[in-house]
Amino acid sequence: MTKISIIVFSGTVDKLMPVGVLSSAAAALGYEVEIFATFWGLMAFRKDMAEKNMKISKEYEEMAEMMFKIMKEKNMPSWVDLIRQAKEIGNVKVYACAQTFDMFGMKKEDLIDIVDEVVGAGEYLERAKEADITLFI
Amino acid sequence: MSDVKPTKVIDARGSFCPGPLMELIKAIKEAKVGDVIAVYSTDSGSKRDIPLWVEKAGHELIGVYEREGYTEFVVRKKR
Repeated sequence: MTKISIIVFSGTVDKLMPVGVLSSAAAALGYEVEIFATFWGLMAFRKDMAEKNMKISKEYEEMAEMMFKIMKEKNMPSWVDLIRQAKEIGNVKVYACAQTFDMFGMKKEDLIDIVDEVVGAGEYLERAKEADITLFI
Repeated sequence: MSDVKPTKVIDARGSFCPGPLMELIKAIKEAKVGDVIAVYSTDSGSKRDIPLWVEKAGHELIGVYEREGYTEFVVRKKR
């Protein structure tokens, strides 16, 4: 079985969208999907952040308003919805980085329900080693 | 015009990449071998994604038709 492993380091919506789109496409194709959320990427999975995140990459800041307006007008699914849909149709796991988790004093219940487990860097690497495609976003 | 009558029509117009592909895969999963599924899509990714997946998954692409403002893909489940 084909497996894709994505490290999500970024917490801005313009970078989280491709995480959602690629995860749902991969799940539809029958790939196994593993998402390892770390640093700002993990912060984006917090309940108080996930759906109201309006951040985009600093260098494209001036485009933020337009981007969110278009997304709303075209009724595009959010990156969270895309990952949720991917989980409904396929084998998709979201792992939270243990180091980030401890560093920011997070609790599992602070994170949205699509996060499966908290794992360390060692376990992540062992899992990613088996992947056919690895991405850092 | 295709003269094959679809068993099921999925209207995925307005859905973004990879929405139409996902809906097709879901419909194929639920269909019986020999069933014909038609998908309507306005997403540009579908034009390559759908034929590629149909071939890889071993089904039959009966046709791709340019309609007014959207594309129709007609697929037969082969296995």
